[in-house]
This record gives sequence, C-alpha cells and structure tokens, in this order.
Amino acid sequence: MFELFDVALILAVALNFVFLGVSRTRAVINAVALQGALIGTFILFVQPDVGLRGILLALVTIALKGRIIPTFLLHAMREADIQHEVEPVVGFIPSLLLGGVGTALAIAFSNTLPLTSEHAHLLLVPASFSTVWTGFLLLTTRRQAIMQVLGYLVLENGIYLFGLLLLEAMPFLVEMGVLLDVFTGVFVMGIIVHHINVEFDSISTAYLRNLKE
Amino acid sequence: MHDPINTAIQIVVVLLLPPLLQGVIGKTKALFAGRMGPPFLQQYYDLFKLFQKDSVFSTTTTWIFRAGPVVALVTAFVAALFIPMGSPRSAVSFVGDPIVLAYVLGLSRFFTTSAALDTGSPFEGMGAAREVTFACLAEPALFLGLLVIANLTGSLQLDTMLGTVTDHWSTEGASLALVLTGWSIVLLAENCRIPFDDPNTHLELTMIHEVMVLDHSGPAFGMILYGASMKLLIFSALVVRLLIPLTGQGPWLDWPLFIAGALVVAVLVGVMESSMARLRLTHVPALLISACMLSAFGFVLLMR
Repeated sequence: MFELFDVALILAVALNFVFLGVSRTRAVINAVALQGALIGTFILFVQPDVGLRGILLALVTIALKGRIIPTFLLHAMREADIQHEVEPVVGFIPSLLLGGVGTALAIAFSNTLPLTSEHAHLLLVPASFSTVWTGFLLLTTRRQAIMQVLGYLVLENGIYLFGLLLLEAMPFLVEMGVLLDVFTGVFVMGIIVHHINVEFDSISTAYLRNLKE
Repeated sequence: MHDPINTAIQIVVVLLLPPLLQGVIGKTKALFAGRMGPPFLQQYYDLFKLFQKDSVFSTTTTWIFRAGPVVALVTAFVAALFIPMGSPRSAVSFVGDPIVLAYVLGLSRFFTTSAALDTGSPFEGMGAAREVTFACLAEPALFLGLLVIANLTGSLQLDTMLGTVTDHWSTEGASLALVLTGWSIVLLAENCRIPFDDPNTHLELTMIHEVMVLDHSGPAFGMILYGASMKLLIFSALVVRLLIPLTGQGPWLDWPLFIAGALVVAVLVGVMESSMARLRLTHVPALLISACMLSAFGFVLLMR
C-alpha cells in the first residue's frame, strides 16, 4: 500500500517538473488538473479506513482540482484570448534546474524534521515541500497572470499534501478551509486577469507597473 | 562462467534482430496512419540493396570519413555484446563494464560526428554540433540511472546489475520507475526518434542525426543504418531488462521473452511517433534535462 503511495507521490513530483518545463499554457493547465486529481486520491492512501466521509472528500477534491478549476481556466484562456506560449522571466531550463535543486533540498530538509514515526519514512513531506517550491517558482518566474493562477494552485496542492499529515487530527476543517481558500483565490485571480486584460489588451503582469501614477 | 550457447544466441540476435525492430516501428506508424506500410523485413532489403551498391566519396574527405561508418557499426556491435539480453550472463562482461558501454557508444558518436565534419559541408557540421550537444545532456541521464541500479544491486557489472535489479521493484519501485522514465527519454533521444528528431524528414534545418550522414552512400550508408538499428536494440534491451526479469528456465524461454519485450518497445516507439509531433529544437534540451532530473531524483530518493 505504502509503496504504491510512494509511486503516486513521485508522479505528483514529476508533474512539478512538467509545469516548469512545458511551454504550452494549455498543457500546463492539463498537468495541474492531473496533479490535482492525483492528489485528491491521496486521502484514501493516508487513511485506508476512510469511510463515506473520506470518499466524499476525495471526490469533491478530485472534482474541484481536477475538473472544475481547470475548466474555468481553459474557459478563461478562450475568452480572454490568452496566448498559448508560456512567457518565462527565468528560462525553462534554469527553472527546471531550480526545481530539481529545490526537490533535492526538500528531501534533505525533511530528513531533519522531527516527524512522527509513521510519517517519517513517507515521501509525503518532501513531495509537499517540492510542490510548494514549484508553486513559488511558477508564481515568481512566469509573466502571464494565468500562469500565476496556476502557480498559486500548485502552491496550494503542496499545502494540501502537507495537510494530509493532519488528516487524522482534524479532517474536515483543514481540507474544507483549504479548498475554499483556493476557490476564492481562483475567483479573485479570474477577476484580476479579466481586468488586466480589459485594461491593457494583454494579461502580462509586466503592464501592472503602468498603474502607478 | 560464459556458456557458449547463450553467447552464440546473443551474437545471432544482435546481428539479425535490429532491422526487424525498425520494421515493427514502421509498421506501427503505418497502422496508425491507415496505410499498409512497408513490410516488416523492409530494412533487411534496404541493407541488402545498399551493400550491393558502390560508394561515392567526395574528394575533400579523408580516411576519417571512411572510418566513421565502420566504427559506428563495430562499436554498436561491441556495445550490444555487453548487455545481458535473454541470458543471465552477457557475451562480454567484467567489473566496470557499464562505463565501457557508455564510452563505446561515445566513441561511435565521436567518429560519426568527425566523419560529418570531415565532409566540410556546413549542414553536416550543424548536425554534428546538435548531436554532440544533445548527447552531452542524454549521457548523464544514462549514467545516473546506472548509478541507481549499481547502488541497488551492489554491483558494477551490467549482467549482475540488470539481472537482479527487477527484485528491487517491490522495495524501491519509485526510484526504478524514475530511472525507467529517464531511460525511455534517452532511448528516444539517442535513436533520433520523435520527439527529438524525425527519422523521416529530409529537411536539413530540422534534422539532427540524418543530416550528419547525408554524404554517405552505398555500403557506408548501409553500415550507418545497421549500426543505428543496433543502437536501438541496445537501449531497448536496457529498458526491457529493467522491467522484465528472466524466468530462469533456460535460454529457450528467456530469449523469446526478451525478443518479445524488445518488439513491444518498438511498437511503443511507433505509437509514440504516431501520436506526437517533433519538439521544437530549442525545447529538446529541456526534455533531456528533465530526463537527467528524473534519474537524479531516483538517485536522491535511494540515498534518502
């Protein structure tokens, strides 16, 4: 069971590299959707005896992260005529390398953390740190607002992974709080993207500095 | 230690199987495109035809140009003997042979690119530059994968490494899955398949491998084609042996199993080529670096 979980976690981390290395916005959205859906299933790994509540939670997570939010984003891409090429401030190869270094550091760092024995051997913590790091990278090194929305989603995926450690202590509270955060976050971002687009005919955040007097 | 039957089978397989792999890839691609496609044995016919022709050598070339194809074929053959295919022992094996394997392949590349540069044609020089650039990025992925396996199996001998690595799938499956992915990318890159290079294209600006061999003709070109197919067999063998353990029931079961595995790899390459387009040249390094990162990540996981 845990071995399979490790492979699933690796897959999630491998998707982080896809976000950093792929140049088509649509491909990144699909990859984020895949990672979201994958992460949604993790509840079932962490707590094998989840019961109806857990299954429901997993389903909601999968639907939200894997389907609803990506659909919104793809819709936004169509409506706002967002260009298909990702515009990185830091190139694809340097960001891939940064992602790799971050992942290695995440593994090294999580070895030093005082985790409970049942979590210590899991890849959950390094995967979580690595995903958070990837989210930060996407947020800071990509020019388009839609990529920053995606970076935010990836960041949240990482936090969600970490939250899985607390699943037994406070299941619903953590999860629902986080999911709602994301949902509002995406809405706010959607509005911002829309306004940048209307104002400047482009969603490059580089134009935002024109706003200051 | 070396049993003559397996060695003999390995030599026969290395000599005869490679063109069939190309045929399977071609047939798979034809199937996807809804065509009949060339027969499975097409490359044997091609090679036969080429070996009967005369070669034309440009007057600007030197012996390096003539040595290129020969070295490419011989090194591919030698490298293939290092890999344990359908037997627990490979035909040639000693401690440290993974490193020799990588550098025998490197020697082949050195001579192919030197021969390309020897023609003095700017196009071929461009192809050589691309080939070497991408090889620089593909080699670490191969090595890091070998490092993971050497670490798992505690051996530096390819036949022991690949012979026992499948036992570790249940405990270190994550690392091995990463190495497998990395190696699959290397397989496509080293053999100039889509998404790295389109073997069908004849547009020099986009070619990598094909552009280097434009000036070769007749038997020399045949040797290059033959060597390239052997290289495909080498990398397929690495992937197959990483995934499928030997049954241990003797050569009569293990060899067919291995050949079936190699053919499946060829089908998968064909499916891959039919379902995706070539990457833009500037994006190729990113994919190769990802392959390195995957292998490196596998290693870091193992060291955790």
